[in-house]
Amino acid sequence: MSKVRVLVGTKKGAFVLESDGKREKWDVSGPHFAGWEMYHVKGSPVDPNRLYASQTSGWFGQVIQRSDDGGKTWQPVGNKFAYDGVPGTHMWYDGTPHPWEFKRVWHLEPSLTDPDTVYAGVEDAALFRSTDGGMNWVELSGLRTHGTGSQWQPGAGGMGLHTILLDPLNSQRIYIAISAAGAFRSDDGGETWRPINRGLRSEHMPDPDAPVGHCVHRIALHGSRPDVLFMQKHWDVMRSDDAGDSWHEVSGNLPTDFGFVIDVHAHEPETIYVVPIKSDSEHFPIDGQLRVYRSRTGGNEWEPLTKGLPQSNCYVNVLRDAMAIDSLDSCGVYFGTTGGQVYASADAGDNWAPIVHDLPAVYSVEVQTLQ
Amino acid sequence: MIRVLLPQHLRTLARVTGEVQVEVEDRVTVSSVLDAIEAKYPALRGTMRDQTTRQRRPFVRFFACEEDLSYGSADEPLPEAVASGAELFLVVGAIAGG
Repeated sequence: MSKVRVLVGTKKGAFVLESDGKREKWDVSGPHFAGWEMYHVKGSPVDPNRLYASQTSGWFGQVIQRSDDGGKTWQPVGNKFAYDGVPGTHMWYDGTPHPWEFKRVWHLEPSLTDPDTVYAGVEDAALFRSTDGGMNWVELSGLRTHGTGSQWQPGAGGMGLHTILLDPLNSQRIYIAISAAGAFRSDDGGETWRPINRGLRSEHMPDPDAPVGHCVHRIALHGSRPDVLFMQKHWDVMRSDDAGDSWHEVSGNLPTDFGFVIDVHAHEPETIYVVPIKSDSEHFPIDGQLRVYRSRTGGNEWEPLTKGLPQSNCYVNVLRDAMAIDSLDSCGVYFGTTGGQVYASADAGDNWAPIVHDLPAVYSVEVQTLQ
Repeated sequence: MIRVLLPQHLRTLARVTGEVQVEVEDRVTVSSVLDAIEAKYPALRGTMRDQTTRQRRPFVRFFACEEDLSYGSADEPLPEAVASGAELFLVVGAIAGG
């Protein structure tokens, strides 16, 4: 009998939610690391008992936790994230140079093939890798030093590297995204990088078509077709059919194309999900109606999914790392809100129900499908 | 023997309760006490001071003998009462945030 395990990072701790394949009844454990900001918790695809968690605090800095038993017990591992060489400067909010300073780990991406290898996306934006289960971290500095780094500028939430996508068909290819620098790709295992932002247009920039500076919120791909990318940009939902070499807009009939999350159905590579948010100055759903939008055509044509979701007086946000999809036959879709709810659909989005109502603000949601 | 009281979050991280005790071989300074704490409890590395610059984290303070010892040189000797274990060395997290 299959099971699913949902890993939830919140503003005040982490929670582990487990259910059988029906996904109707849930056991909730937590808070783990109570009182700490848990930016992200994610499991290894090759060893589902191996979990990594980013635990951070404005007081006590960054801690990385590792579990080898599916979240029952944890141990702190390495937390030294030292930039390679003299890190230099990026651009500050006011356009002046600002020294690179490590603040926290936004996202942890375990390797697709080795449970001891894991990537960390950090603020100020850089990519680190550990090959010993998180004990030691080395910067893949070719990203930060490839030439555009001095032009990168933080988004309102900081200059975080928040998206790491590992290509399952090409072990040398990695995609990452940074707010507000844009998307980047490596074709040599992370040694060298180049921006992949052609076709993005951001009106908040002096040159809306500039090679870097775009506030990319999230990128997603389907493992069977990793050259096709879907992006939720600050504004605009975008698509690339050539591994990011070019992008075109697929916002179509969305009521607003601002948002944070985007994800792909487990078995239908052209079925994608977003949660439209009213605007960058009003971070909540339009008209107080929480709606997931699904496109079965790879974008442009979208349908609202509302059954089981609050359709009045709902003013929560859904942050960029807070949507996940399981791989059961009828794939489950999960997302968490800043109001502390985690909603789940066991039928690809047709019907929804909250798993939990009252957690701290949800930062991240990941799901593991367990056999 | 130096007696140290850690803030609650760091006690949890180090898996200790109450005060902890560390030994310092040479001069008892903020720096040598932190070295001893981090050696005995590796999980606390980077939580009180930056691992690269060794600068105190901004929202952390060091108190002892009713004094704030956060602003002097980390290599100045601590009061004898701390070195002898008569007084606690307090690691304090700022009262702030939500």
